[in-house]
Amino acid sequence: MKRLLILGAGTAGTMMANHLRPKLARDQWNISIVDQEKVHYYQPGYLFLPFDIYQPKHIKKPIEKFIPTGVNLIQEKIDKILPEENKVLLANNNVLDFDLLIIATGTKIAPQEIQGMDGPGWRNNIFDFYTFDGAKALRDKLRKWQGGRLVVHICEMPIKCPVAPLEFAFLAEDFFRQKGIRDRVEITFVTPLSGAFTKPKATEILSHLLVEKKIEIVSDFAIERIDNTSNTMIDYGGKEVQFDLLVTVPTNMGDEMIARSGMGDDLNFVPTDRGTLQTETQENIFAIGDATNLPASKAGSVAHFESEILTENILRFINKQPLKAEYDGHANCFVETGNGKAILIDFNYSHEPVEGTFPFPGVGPLRLLKESRMNHYGKMAFRWIYWNMLLRGRHLPFVTPKMSLAGKHFDDMQEHEN
Amino acid sequence: MKKEIAGASLDVNEEGYLTDFAQWNREIGTELAKEEGIELTDDHWQVLTFLQESFNHSEPLSIRGIGKRGPVSIKQFYELFPEGPLKKASKIAGIPKPSSCI
Repeated sequence: MKRLLILGAGTAGTMMANHLRPKLARDQWNISIVDQEKVHYYQPGYLFLPFDIYQPKHIKKPIEKFIPTGVNLIQEKIDKILPEENKVLLANNNVLDFDLLIIATGTKIAPQEIQGMDGPGWRNNIFDFYTFDGAKALRDKLRKWQGGRLVVHICEMPIKCPVAPLEFAFLAEDFFRQKGIRDRVEITFVTPLSGAFTKPKATEILSHLLVEKKIEIVSDFAIERIDNTSNTMIDYGGKEVQFDLLVTVPTNMGDEMIARSGMGDDLNFVPTDRGTLQTETQENIFAIGDATNLPASKAGSVAHFESEILTENILRFINKQPLKAEYDGHANCFVETGNGKAILIDFNYSHEPVEGTFPFPGVGPLRLLKESRMNHYGKMAFRWIYWNMLLRGRHLPFVTPKMSLAGKHFDDMQEHEN
Repeated sequence: MKKEIAGASLDVNEEGYLTDFAQWNREIGTELAKEEGIELTDDHWQVLTFLQESFNHSEPLSIRGIGKRGPVSIKQFYELFPEGPLKKASKIAGIPKPSSCI
């Protein structure tokens, strides 16, 4: 009996278990998945929890509900991977042997990386919304906050879902307007990037929205520390931004287990081939989703597209066929812009988001890089799709893992070096 | 695109980054630095050499990585190349703009 082991039962790991179980003969392959958590969170919902748009029950379900029969779920903390011995050590001293390993341990926030961030202000006037607890604490704060200077902030790249901080700023603007206190709130968006987003075309449109919504932007801000007495962020160049309420996206790092295993880069992400998803560590170890160091967005859509390609590559590897370098960096994100509207962006390693229609060329119904109500409904419908189709490894109709160029308005089809 | 500097004709992209590192030399580096308002000292050169070596070994560059493995602290890096040090230093070093921003 051969053993396939998946580390992490989040979005990527769960999808892989669901993809692979039907494809690998049960009398030949044992599949196990390890995760210490009991709850699976719908992470895109963290954006809506602070504004009471979603309730906790909408975004939490038992982790075991999504693990297919025939896959062994092991609920234990992982100590480390011993790649050369093809073993994984668990915190309870159990040892798991593997023939094939898939690392899907995701990314976590690391507020301790910035001096003064997780001090007395943490969840008092400094919040994150990238964890369930953080988003819920922020909801409680926003319910009673009476106004002042709100700063929405990104510490350093890469982060999970690079558009979420902007969406937060847009939704906050809407939230305060509905509450009738918009005139008492000053909103500032502070980013280490040179503009609102990482891709030039989308940045242009999003910057325009920031101006329209009277959200000030401070760019090229590389935070060094927070002064908790004056509630000020100070950057390495000496720039200062004062806040009454700071909603920050702390440094994102891969799981500490990756560091303990000696397999990570500076941020504990696993060096992985950007086309095949095989790790640089060893040929029988693959990685997917936020855990990798791929120059793609850390996002569920990326994990989803990767999962279809990784499934093929795992089967090729088992059958001793050459792997295919097929993953193209495809990401697809709904960007909430407030007022019940959203923008949809579709991009990959070499093509930045452009205008057009999705998924049907020339038809839509979704519009790329344009605000529309239909896009917002798409984002809202996505929660159902996530729980019922995506996690269960069902192919989404009309949406291909490799990015389609049809129906998109490319000015010039130049390949960007990324 | 072409750019004339220090008596040489260089291939650059629309943001002014050299597209062929083989065309770079110290004189060109000195001139590129002047365009950014920076007079290069030994400390600057140490950083530029570190960036070029990392680039030649295909090691991804980030501000965090400089602080961890580079010849100067992040704070000093900002003092040497104020405002967007990695972007500026990469341009002067003749290497592509780091794609640490996704």
